[in-house]
Amino acid sequence: MADTANPGKPPAGPETTGHEWDGIREYNNPLPRWWLYGLYATIVWSFGYWVLYPAWPLVSGYTSGLLGYSQRATVLDEVEAVRRERDARGQAQLASATVAEIRADPALLRLALATGKAAFGDNCAACHGTSATGRIGYPNLQDDDWLWGGTPEAIEQTIRFGARSGHGEAHLGDMPAFGRDGVLKRQELEAVATYVLSLSGMPGVAGASVEKGAEVFAGNCAACHGEAAKGNPEMGAPNLTDPIWLYGSAPDQVVATVTNGRKGMMPAWEGRLDPATIKSLAVFVHGLGGGK
Amino acid sequence: MPLAEPTQTASAPRPRPTKKFGSRATRTAIPAVNGSLYAARTKIQPQAVRGTFRRIKWALLAATLGVYYAVPFIRWDRGPGEPSQAVLLDLDRGRFHFFSIELWPQDVTYVMGLLILAALVLFLMNAVAGRIWCGYLCPQTVWTDLFLAVERLVEGDRRERLKLDAAPWSMEKIALRTMKHAIWLLIAWWTGGAWVLYFADAPTLVMQLATYQAPPAAYIAILTLTATTYLLAGHMREQVCTYMCPWPRIQAALTDEHAYNILYRDARGEPRVSAKQAAVLRAAGQPAGDCVDCFACVTACPAGIDIRDGLQMDCIQCGLCVDACDTVMAKLGRPAGLIGYDTEANRRSRAAGKGRVSHVVRPRTVLYAALVAGIGGFMLYSLATRSFMGLSVLHDRNPLFVTLSDGSIRNGYTVRLSNKRLGERHYALAVEGLPGARVEVVGGLAGDLPVPSNATQEFRVLVFAPPGAGPTASVPLTFRIADAATGETARARDSFKAP
Repeated sequence: MADTANPGKPPAGPETTGHEWDGIREYNNPLPRWWLYGLYATIVWSFGYWVLYPAWPLVSGYTSGLLGYSQRATVLDEVEAVRRERDARGQAQLASATVAEIRADPALLRLALATGKAAFGDNCAACHGTSATGRIGYPNLQDDDWLWGGTPEAIEQTIRFGARSGHGEAHLGDMPAFGRDGVLKRQELEAVATYVLSLSGMPGVAGASVEKGAEVFAGNCAACHGEAAKGNPEMGAPNLTDPIWLYGSAPDQVVATVTNGRKGMMPAWEGRLDPATIKSLAVFVHGLGGGK
Repeated sequence: MPLAEPTQTASAPRPRPTKKFGSRATRTAIPAVNGSLYAARTKIQPQAVRGTFRRIKWALLAATLGVYYAVPFIRWDRGPGEPSQAVLLDLDRGRFHFFSIELWPQDVTYVMGLLILAALVLFLMNAVAGRIWCGYLCPQTVWTDLFLAVERLVEGDRRERLKLDAAPWSMEKIALRTMKHAIWLLIAWWTGGAWVLYFADAPTLVMQLATYQAPPAAYIAILTLTATTYLLAGHMREQVCTYMCPWPRIQAALTDEHAYNILYRDARGEPRVSAKQAAVLRAAGQPAGDCVDCFACVTACPAGIDIRDGLQMDCIQCGLCVDACDTVMAKLGRPAGLIGYDTEANRRSRAAGKGRVSHVVRPRTVLYAALVAGIGGFMLYSLATRSFMGLSVLHDRNPLFVTLSDGSIRNGYTVRLSNKRLGERHYALAVEGLPGARVEVVGGLAGDLPVPSNATQEFRVLVFAPPGAGPTASVPLTFRIADAATGETARARDSFKAP
């Protein structure tokens, strides 16, 4: 506090340290001696710390200390402990319950969704995308259009055995190569492509006849896709009347599909993932929003 | 550190004390150039005093310590499954209970508000009457006062204690010292013990502590607080205020000459002469000060300073020198208040023969009081009107929208519902801003979403725009939850994305 009573007049009494800088002198207010000892104690402490804990950076690495402590190891231990606890509680229940039972139990459903989300990122995202929106040739799992059925049980079935995967119980059924195998001529291919695009109100190949396309469809396609072109999940035949096109909805893309056929492959996951994970994946994929 | 030096010199010359009284007298006796930068601390042995300020300090000591030790044992029935302690910091469940108020981690803004309020109240106190906090309410002052009282009870007053300090070790000295430290440690242990009771059910924890079943964190906290209390209140005392505490420095920057502080009224006190000589001088019509240089104010001071040197940083403004001096003045038949609460401006004005010039109501006190009232009022208002339900909505990052087989658009959201009441509640979720929209909840019914008692629950929500009538661009969407049982509602804004 400044001397408000007597400005200019130095306060009487206190001694100085004897130091002087440009006429400014420093009062000597000696610190208590224990304060100095406190400083020494922290120096001693720091030596102990250097020996016991990671301290000094080296050219490649650092001194790790006698205790071998590291925060990363501590965090990994904690994460492992939480994982073990979760596994013990929930995974056994997931393995023994059916998909329907899992969906009926809110706690189990939450666990399955979390497990499924993690497993999807690890196993499915490579083809179907991290947000399950798919891409050309790989189905979008967010929407409500399902090649092999969209019930939780049907999804579980597809994940377990796959489609055209070589597994004995896999979904089978190809889209034949009508053009390459010489079944249909170029004009007919364009006509049928224009016809199926017209079912969902989309433009077809310029100059192609829709009426002729309808004839071709009835003769060649209706067996699998149905008279009304609504598709058949038993054979993996897609619904051709909706705006969702797995291999693209541009006229030449549809023509290419009819010409060369399609046989997309979904691997079988049974044996590669445990039953609890497969069920969780089915619940998760169904819960993305498009499930039936 | 020039700050620590006396700021006021008396108008008349006066003899400097030759005897050593406390650390300051010792310090000033060190020769200039040979003075060490470090010195052993001289133990301060304050004399007991009686008077108004001593009584105020006893009352505040009893009140503050009473609150501290007793509050964890106050019970408050909140119903089954909920803690029945009135004040409880439940770290495990992330809840702070204060009587009927329950705060969640996201209500931490109230704690921030309280801290701002505390700082402003401290500023206001300082603008009105200096270091009221330091002298009467600071835990360091309160516990030091308690430890001094114990010391006085066991070893006697200042004179006996000085004698005991100087005496060689004997059975009696060992017995007295052992008893003093034992009582200090007991109080210190109790201090730490009471602290942990704010973090768990107090009666249960007391039983656990007594049977060595309590969690290790409780024992560590008790040991730490026992050690700090014993050390700070028993051994460090005024050094905490002088060397460790930042507040004396901050308050030195905040104060002004119109703040009331404990001051020696030098115009009345000087020149210092003995009572007899003063009578002679006054009879002869000559000036004589009221100060008889009895050092009662110095020996009573727990900070070991001489208040007659003026306002100084070491002074915690506890008022004990006022009581000491008033006692002496009463004996001498002179008016009380030679040392008392006054302002620097008043002191100078009186020295010049004029009256009081300082007022408590002045711009800075009005500003601080207005800020305290404003912030306090706002906090009370927001506490009284806060919602007991809440929802937060997170739109799916990817995909932003999904086109379905019938051509309609779907958006996905993660919705977290909170229930700040006790007992499970059922919310009805609806959206506004998208005519004809349909809401679906994965694993639940939008019209009946259960949220457990005093907890939050997350749901995945799908919103469908009607086919053919959906938006063609992003539109704002409001989520609304309603509790039919209480009529409460809450809203959150987000958007509905479309191609």
